[in-house]
Amino acid sequence: MIKTDVLIIGAGPTGLFCAHQLGIIGLNCEIVDNLDKVGGQCIELYPDKPIYDIPAIPECTGEELTNNLLKQIEPFKVKFHLNERVEELKKDVNRWHVKTSGKITFDVAAIIIAGGVGSFEPRKFPLKECEKFENDSLYYSIKDKTIFKDKTISIFGGGDSALDWALELSNTCKINLIHRRDGFSGAESSVQKVKELNKTGKLSLYTRYQMESLIGDNKINEVKIKHENGKIEQLKTDYVLGFFGLIMQLGPILNWGLNIDKKTIEVNTENFETNVSGIFAIGDICSYPGKLKLILSGFHEGALAARGSFKYAKPDEKLRFEFTTTSKTAQERLGIKK
Amino acid sequence: MAKITFKTHDNDSHVIDIQNGLSVMEGAVQNDIPGIDADCGGGMACATCHVYVNEEWLDKLPNKEDGEEDMLDMAFEPKKNSRLSCQLIVSDELDGLVVSIPSQQC
Repeated sequence: MIKTDVLIIGAGPTGLFCAHQLGIIGLNCEIVDNLDKVGGQCIELYPDKPIYDIPAIPECTGEELTNNLLKQIEPFKVKFHLNERVEELKKDVNRWHVKTSGKITFDVAAIIIAGGVGSFEPRKFPLKECEKFENDSLYYSIKDKTIFKDKTISIFGGGDSALDWALELSNTCKINLIHRRDGFSGAESSVQKVKELNKTGKLSLYTRYQMESLIGDNKINEVKIKHENGKIEQLKTDYVLGFFGLIMQLGPILNWGLNIDKKTIEVNTENFETNVSGIFAIGDICSYPGKLKLILSGFHEGALAARGSFKYAKPDEKLRFEFTTTSKTAQERLGIKK
Repeated sequence: MAKITFKTHDNDSHVIDIQNGLSVMEGAVQNDIPGIDADCGGGMACATCHVYVNEEWLDKLPNKEDGEEDMLDMAFEPKKNSRLSCQLIVSDELDGLVVSIPSQQC
């Protein structure tokens, strides 16, 4: 079991800056995130889009902001646990025991939820019958592409993931690429390649089609697709892949006894603690009168939540308010040599 | 100001007045219309404010901007009359607009 002062759930900008604020006041923390990379919505939703309302930074992209925050917390050597979702919390006297999807366990004094709008999960097919085949002959991500060799694969979607996998797998498999419209959101060069392969018969492209139904007992044998004009095609297929991007879901957070309203967690504005002592919520996931879903608000909330968690981590010590410009202790923690 | 009707998939109707300048999504969220999640808050980044626009209104609405159609690829059961309600800005011209909410957003 990993023992640390605070566990931060969510490695978006709010969680990252909160780690900085914890470090400054001498608390250790580790961060868990369900994505495979740090940055949260900044990286997943808009890595290249400019942001204009970070104080004192006239313009930066989501990726630049993330990289700068990582640089800012470097002195604290924060440990990240990516691809992990927090599943269970248990109170143990004055501490919290936390377990993740990958069975990592933590023993912490406080938990700060900086989970944005929830954890990112793949968006699924609307059809109920798809669940039955999921992770067997139907996938939303690919871990081992060798299982597809010499098989027929029907890929749904029009973004980069769908196009890239269609191109890559077309070398070793028979591919049907099905998309709801003629236009694609993926890179133009990939679209051109897909169209060429379609002409030469190395891939079959079906546009203006969506999934109608799946046929098969334990494994998928065929997929029925429906054109927008009503025409139905029946395609033999061994596997179905869906690439519809990611959706944010609160997931297990709903089961922790927190007051939740409209997918957000109620907090007080003194230290952003929830109705459960020792659990704080900051950033897009928290709500209070006047809440603004801005990154700058998340920074403020993180600064206060970090201080709020001090009494749980060091119950016998008193937290002194200090400035980084003048505090020797803070500067030592930042590794500044004079 | 425009009167906008939201039809839920179980055939409930909600008629609300939305101020000019707000998006149809914002009007829905402020009035607690069920079924409009709007996870990203209007950033055209999530497709959870997806609505079906009543056929007769399709041509009267401003065209989709780049990116809206891409995002609709990700929506739950997109159709030809699908729009993201965060991209529909209310004006007097939208008075009487009727939209249907899909059975779920994701």
